[in-house]
Amino acid sequence: MVSKLTEEQIKNYQVLANIIRAQSCRMTTRSKSYHLGGCLSMTDILVVLYTSILKIDPKNPTWEGRDRFILSKGHAAPALYAILAELGFFPMSWLDDYYMDGGHLSGHASTSVPGVELSTGSLGHGLPVGVGMALNSKVRGLDYRVFVMSSDGDCNEGSTWEAVMFAAQHNLDNLIVIVDYNKIQALGRSFNIINLEPLAKKVESFNWAVKEINGHDFNEINDSLLNLPFKKGKPSWIIANTIKGKGVSSLEDKVESHYVNFNEEELKIAYNELGVSF
Amino acid sequence: MRTAFNSALLEIAIKNKKIFFICADIGYGEVERFASMFPDRFYNVGVAEQNMTGIACGLALEGNIVITYTLGNFPTLRCLEQIRNDICYHNANVKIVTIGAGLAYAPLGPSHHCTEDISIMRSLPNMVVISPCDNIEVKEATSAMIEHYGPVYLRCGRKGEKDVHAGEINFRIGGAIEVRDGSDATIIFSGAIGYNALLAHEILLKEGINARLLSMHTLKPIDKKSIIRAAKETSAIITVDEHNINGGLGSAVAEVLADDLKSNIRFKRIALQDVFISKVGSQDWLRDQYGLSSQAIVDTVIKIIKM
Repeated sequence: MVSKLTEEQIKNYQVLANIIRAQSCRMTTRSKSYHLGGCLSMTDILVVLYTSILKIDPKNPTWEGRDRFILSKGHAAPALYAILAELGFFPMSWLDDYYMDGGHLSGHASTSVPGVELSTGSLGHGLPVGVGMALNSKVRGLDYRVFVMSSDGDCNEGSTWEAVMFAAQHNLDNLIVIVDYNKIQALGRSFNIINLEPLAKKVESFNWAVKEINGHDFNEINDSLLNLPFKKGKPSWIIANTIKGKGVSSLEDKVESHYVNFNEEELKIAYNELGVSF
Repeated sequence: MRTAFNSALLEIAIKNKKIFFICADIGYGEVERFASMFPDRFYNVGVAEQNMTGIACGLALEGNIVITYTLGNFPTLRCLEQIRNDICYHNANVKIVTIGAGLAYAPLGPSHHCTEDISIMRSLPNMVVISPCDNIEVKEATSAMIEHYGPVYLRCGRKGEKDVHAGEINFRIGGAIEVRDGSDATIIFSGAIGYNALLAHEILLKEGINARLLSMHTLKPIDKKSIIRAAKETSAIITVDEHNINGGLGSAVAEVLADDLKSNIRFKRIALQDVFISKVGSQDWLRDQYGLSSQAIVDTVIKIIKM
């Protein structure tokens, strides 16, 4: 059954997504750091996950019953930090010193930050560790789930596929991979570097249940995340078709969005497009 | 040593339900008892060491004590970044166990020679590195590493190692064991090559040289006090390990001596001379060929104390 969001729900998601995107622009601009494009592409998914799906408690980030979320594409940490701050995991002021001398937040996701489940930064690490967490949940008879946010580049890594095979072998249907499939990686378009296609068929043939969605359509994101697992006894894999740089027109579907640094004027334009000001 | 390790672990795992055993399709004839007794806590990930290590981290972060297990360099070098980023960075309670330390798999060739692992493992923050010399140390080390919270690398031999210790030992992570007291020189060894050091000690006694014999089973944290004491109380220090000369026991001891500004001890490292083993042969034969025989140790000790 398809669950349909109300207009108000969609509006609320959009407002929050705009804020997260604007924060990602602001943080990467102020610190002259990279990886903005991949923050913007996964933002809509993060917003639905963190506000409607994940069982989490910002006041008790290590609560045992929480769902685990692993950002395997750890370079997109600014967007994760922004939503964690919005939800109250840590003070908003920490976003101001992101990447700075003596700051609280490093360029890649770190467990020194409340709410971050796993320190990442090198690709191909998130899924194997997520498998271990999901296995624990099964063996111990717990009901938490494990969500892993992957990417084009993350799916280049052999270790990701080692974990894919193990998860299916052990019927980890409490494990969910979401690929922020923006089809661009650091040096170019994925189909020119390592073409993952046919990704859905590939993953299905590894005995996962796969669903392909528009990663910017809140209804599709919400509906897929509400219907997990897609098949009992199988891990679930969501191919979220996204646009790198989504929400800032100068960056959309641009290879440069991975390493872009805005100047103040460009930042203002981005804020205007997103309807956000600080 | 592999049987000593597996038996010791099994005994602990009967009582300690937090222990998981993850292997990478290695351990025929050894791991089956654990697998059949604790099917929910035993996983063979297949030939996939990176995944083995990542899974171990995930399980450990959930409060378990996790063993990763395979042979030679497979549980360390193959998945080094998983060990660094997943296990050590998170200080995860994972115990990395290898079977086949040094030249234990001698005739299988350099792919199976585990001769750079100590150097690499001891460079990682949070990692404890243990290289037992015999079955008695393996048993004690297994129990000590489970008691210790955090990453441990346990470097076991294979099978048929002769005992260096005569009976019960006082094993403590980071505490060297004095196997024989002596004052003419100190031979510090680590791992199963310790048996050759013991033979060397006996030959030296006949020559009228009484060497102190120290088992430095823990390479990190290393027992600085025992090293400094040996430098003060004996006239030379000779290290012996079945490992490349760069970064192994000899380097670890040299670091302690160099940092101790008061020491001007005569010092020599016996180890593999930064080579891949090109000759084919048994472990004992290769030890002889590459300068690790008991006689080579004897010759080195005599040479250095008569300098």
